Amino acid sequence: MRWSPSEEQDELRRLVRRFLEEKSPASEVRRLMETPEGYEPGVWKQLSQELGLPGVHIPEKYGGQGLGFVELAIALEEMGRALLCAPYFASVALAANAILNAGTEAEKSALLPGIAAGETLATLAVAEPNGRWDAGGIELEARRGTGGWTLSGEKSFVVDGATAELIVVAARVAGSGLGLFHLRGGADGLARRPLVALDPTRKLARLTFKGARAESLGEAGGAAPALEKTLDQASALLANEMVGGAQKLLDMTVEYAKTRVQFGRPIGSFQAIKHKCADMLMALELARSSAYYAAACADGAPDELPAVASLAKAQGSDAYLELAAESIQIHGGLGFTWEQDVHLYFKRAKASEVLLGDPTYHRELLAQRWGI
Amino acid sequence: MGDRMDAESVRREVRAWLEASWNPDLSLVEWRKRLADSGWGCPAWPVEWLGRGLSVSLADVVAEEFERAGAVGTPGGGGMTLAAPTILEHGSDDLKRRLLRGIVTGEHTWCQLFSEPGSGSDLAGLTTRAELSPDGDEFIVNGQKLWSTSAHHAKYGMLLARTNWDVPKHRGITYFALEMHQPGVVAKPLRQMNGHASFNEVFLNDARVPVANAIGEVGNGWTVALATLAHERRSFDALRAAARSTKGKGRAYDEQRAEVAEIMAPYTWYPQRAGRADLIVERAKATGRNRDPVVRQEIAKLLSLARSTEWTARRAKAARVLGRPPGPEGSLGKLYASEIARACSRVHTLISGSDSLLAGADGPLDGIIAEILVSVPAVSIAGGTDEIQRNIVSERVLGLPKDPQTDAERAFRDVPRNRR
Repeated sequence: MRWSPSEEQDELRRLVRRFLEEKSPASEVRRLMETPEGYEPGVWKQLSQELGLPGVHIPEKYGGQGLGFVELAIALEEMGRALLCAPYFASVALAANAILNAGTEAEKSALLPGIAAGETLATLAVAEPNGRWDAGGIELEARRGTGGWTLSGEKSFVVDGATAELIVVAARVAGSGLGLFHLRGGADGLARRPLVALDPTRKLARLTFKGARAESLGEAGGAAPALEKTLDQASALLANEMVGGAQKLLDMTVEYAKTRVQFGRPIGSFQAIKHKCADMLMALELARSSAYYAAACADGAPDELPAVASLAKAQGSDAYLELAAESIQIHGGLGFTWEQDVHLYFKRAKASEVLLGDPTYHRELLAQRWGI
Repeated sequence: MGDRMDAESVRREVRAWLEASWNPDLSLVEWRKRLADSGWGCPAWPVEWLGRGLSVSLADVVAEEFERAGAVGTPGGGGMTLAAPTILEHGSDDLKRRLLRGIVTGEHTWCQLFSEPGSGSDLAGLTTRAELSPDGDEFIVNGQKLWSTSAHHAKYGMLLARTNWDVPKHRGITYFALEMHQPGVVAKPLRQMNGHASFNEVFLNDARVPVANAIGEVGNGWTVALATLAHERRSFDALRAAARSTKGKGRAYDEQRAEVAEIMAPYTWYPQRAGRADLIVERAKATGRNRDPVVRQEIAKLLSLARSTEWTARRAKAARVLGRPPGPEGSLGKLYASEIARACSRVHTLISGSDSLLAGADGPLDGIIAEILVSVPAVSIAGGTDEIQRNIVSERVLGLPKDPQTDAERAFRDVPRNRR
């Protein structure tokens, strides 16, 4: 296990950071979060064609760069820092992993190159209006008819679900367990409704399936392990994205505390503020260690991943939210205004806390996975 | 390449010397006299001062060979880890000649006389006074010191005392090597809230110290004290390493075991002070509390904190090994240790329930749980309070401005201080 990034990984981070500082400044985030599709196709194209980011961890034989989860995590951390509005998490962290984990060779060859090239926007639909992220909450039904599989039921909280062209769906297969299926975003029998999201920088949708035709991904009925693995990987990756946002919050807050003057002194010279900042740093660095370790487990220690992914998700969620709340507090009244950028991160933190299961859920999973 | 050649020749040389010289049937002092004479006991010290002038990495090679041969090394404790490096860095040649050898042989143990009842976090605000005697040969010392380990059997004390009250606080302090066995020095055990007495308070009433025993210049003691403090963090690691090492048969081993036992005796409660996270899951299962969803949440939180703290330390170490500039992760260990200890205390209470009311033989785990609960408050104070640590982190790591100081530029005489 590597405990310090390689030079190539540092270089990747610098490259992505430079790109995003130019392409995703706060003004762009604010513009895009007000649009229904929530991303800028030109930037997405550059990010795909020039940096190859959607394919960063997808094997070369499926059109990707063949790097690992650690590199994918670096890309996501930087995107979290820039609050990039783009369908990256849905397409790469969710859908591509589901296909990699569940698909047959033929399915992977058919579906992944488009995702890796950034030409196919994809997503994964797991949770339903009941709000559960475990397999037990899945009620949407898949039935095999004469013309193939059909899906009936409802999915909610689907990230970029209204814009995705390829949707992977977790469904209950009558009599035999869970299955993963895929269909086009515009398929007959599928109705998509954008939801008003608390975090406008990450779009959510509700999908209603009424006998929509779908293809099975791998063997229908035996997808529970692949789905669980996908959610563990996604949790580890989301933890890394959260670290990027949390670091940006700390940077903004420390800078503000150095320059904001009250009572004739920079507020950062008051211990009440200093100690808050030190606490923010402490929470951030632990979350960073867990997120990095989880990404490394996704690459090299699959047995450890389930527990560590839950640990990283729970700890990252708590840390990000703590940093966001304290950042607003230190910014004072200005921190509560729309004009200040902190609330954008606060909303991403709150949304990330709940997406894929909240910290309480993940800590219980952790306890189970550690045999407590 | 040159380094490797050096390493191999050093290895050959020390190995041959150990084969010829190491003998577990020697008395510990006899053996350590050989260490002092040969320079192999302190290979990183200068050649003229009982060492061999080797680099730290070559000194590691020597340590490896000592371990391979099972040879006993220099003593643990404050003499080797704190006093000696301070004397080497700041002491006169006369002091080096008089003091270093007794440290290496273990004949002279040392204690620290830094903290006072009136100066804890603000060490430089100390008020123990040292005044020149009428004949000008010695200083006469009056005051009280606190938290001195081993003061009751130490031969020398590393003493900080104020010699000038008319300059700002950092500039009026002198650092002395004080003879502890004299009528003006009385050490008494200081009982802690957990019942142990690991430290002493030391009363100085007209204690005498020769002018020649000032380490560094008179009035420059603060700089010298910083050198000692810089070594302090490493000293506990050295102690733990010493406590692990001795298993062999022979007089030198027996005497070393006794020496380590004496040095370690004050620290039996230190594992409890850290919170004993290692006991949590076992206790939860033994009591059946692991079935309570609230307890499970708290255990998961605590163990997440403990594991991620380890990973953070691994990251810091990896960066160090690669020679990268230290990131923020290296400065936070002490604060995390406090957080872990407090969380352990909470979760142990949650698990033990009403049994947390009991201590000693009636308490859970034969009193260990109670000892945890009443020892944890030390972690966030000892070696610098968490509040001071947060100041340091926010100023040095995050670059926040210092808060204005009211005492730094005034004569110490005029600075408000605690009443005695």
